[in-house]
Amino acid sequence: MNGAHDMGGMMGFGPVIAEKNEPVFHAPWERRAMALTLAMAAAGGWSIDQSRAARESQHPARYLAQTYYQIWIAGLEKLMVERGLVTRDELAAGKVLQPAKTVPRILSADTVATTLARGGPTARVPTTPQRFQIGERVSARNMHPAGHTRLPRYVRGHVGVITHVHGVHVFPDSNATGGGERPQWLYTVRFGARELWGEGADKAATVSVDAWESYLEPEK
Amino acid sequence: MHDEPDQGHSHEDHDHEHGSHLSDMELRVRALETILVEKRYVDPAALDAIIETYEVKVGPRNGAKVVAKAWVDPAYKARLLKDATAAIAELGFTGRQGEHMVAVENTDKVHNLVVCTLCSCYPWSVLGLPPVWYKSAPYRSRAVIDPRSVLADFGVQVSDDKEMRVWDSTAEIRYLVLPQRPAGTEHCNEEQLAALVTRDSMIGTGLAMSPGATP
Repeated sequence: MNGAHDMGGMMGFGPVIAEKNEPVFHAPWERRAMALTLAMAAAGGWSIDQSRAARESQHPARYLAQTYYQIWIAGLEKLMVERGLVTRDELAAGKVLQPAKTVPRILSADTVATTLARGGPTARVPTTPQRFQIGERVSARNMHPAGHTRLPRYVRGHVGVITHVHGVHVFPDSNATGGGERPQWLYTVRFGARELWGEGADKAATVSVDAWESYLEPEK
Repeated sequence: MHDEPDQGHSHEDHDHEHGSHLSDMELRVRALETILVEKRYVDPAALDAIIETYEVKVGPRNGAKVVAKAWVDPAYKARLLKDATAAIAELGFTGRQGEHMVAVENTDKVHNLVVCTLCSCYPWSVLGLPPVWYKSAPYRSRAVIDPRSVLADFGVQVSDDKEMRVWDSTAEIRYLVLPQRPAGTEHCNEEQLAALVTRDSMIGTGLAMSPGATP
């Protein structure tokens, strides 16, 4: 969706301000927010694509006004409420009002290290031929799906060159909405800054995005 | 800066520093945890283990070891640039948000900069959790349209004729910048070199430090 999260090329946010000697977390609740988000993904059984979709589908004004861990908590609450794991009433009351649902898996302390070290690889075995080759010029499709997508607005309709082929990976546009993994070939596509941003742009800059095969078509 | 929500610093932290009350977010997340523990969806000890992992164990020292090894060992550097996931795993760094790694090399002619315009994708296995600025609107919006000015915000000057390659992490590929080895480090060992490798130099918003410099 064309949400507030798709920020590439937006203006007016001001300078990047880096904090000296920044701590990993800025408040105790941020620690718990991060850990709850990771642990509940095991219990809730949702994918990282579903988590991203939940975070970015908030009202744009709210998305922009929140800190990053506030966005995570809002996304987590949405996913849990949608599945009936907790209710809005429970969140408002701050206590349990409904019996628990059965969950597929509870992340236990003794499996945290192995679970995090394993991660969630998204590479899958190819079942279709690779359509594009390294060096080939391709167009990013001019598409505006209402659901989740990882094709940023700023490359749509522009021509770039395939620089890497990463094999076949879980397709987030499908996986985020319960449509299954439907893996596709994944490429890195490099665009010239002037192709993306016009004649005034940096002539010595390029921007690369990772793009699934259905985001791309032969150069138009 | 506390008035800039897009920078990710919460107002609540500011309130909390004064110690007068628990912030709204503190109360909200505590209540949430209470509910999820009582329903037995989460194990509090698992939460503690996750936090310890990213607050103590996994951080940019991992990436610094990768970079230092690449600087002293040409064969390792070749493996890193060919298959970063496998080369990084040789040092024991694997897992969440580092499942599929690509290393990109800074040279006299090329400077690399990594961003995630759509969210906060970042190579956790080698750099830990991202800093607030990496997740902020100013960085996510400007890195792709005006990368040299973003570097200027960090006090880094890259000449206009040097190619600037920006990598927007839009899939599950995670990028690690291999910074240039600083001059005057010919006699440094791998451990001394690793101490010169800053987090920002592995994102592209900084350069590796010179010997004797302080971060």
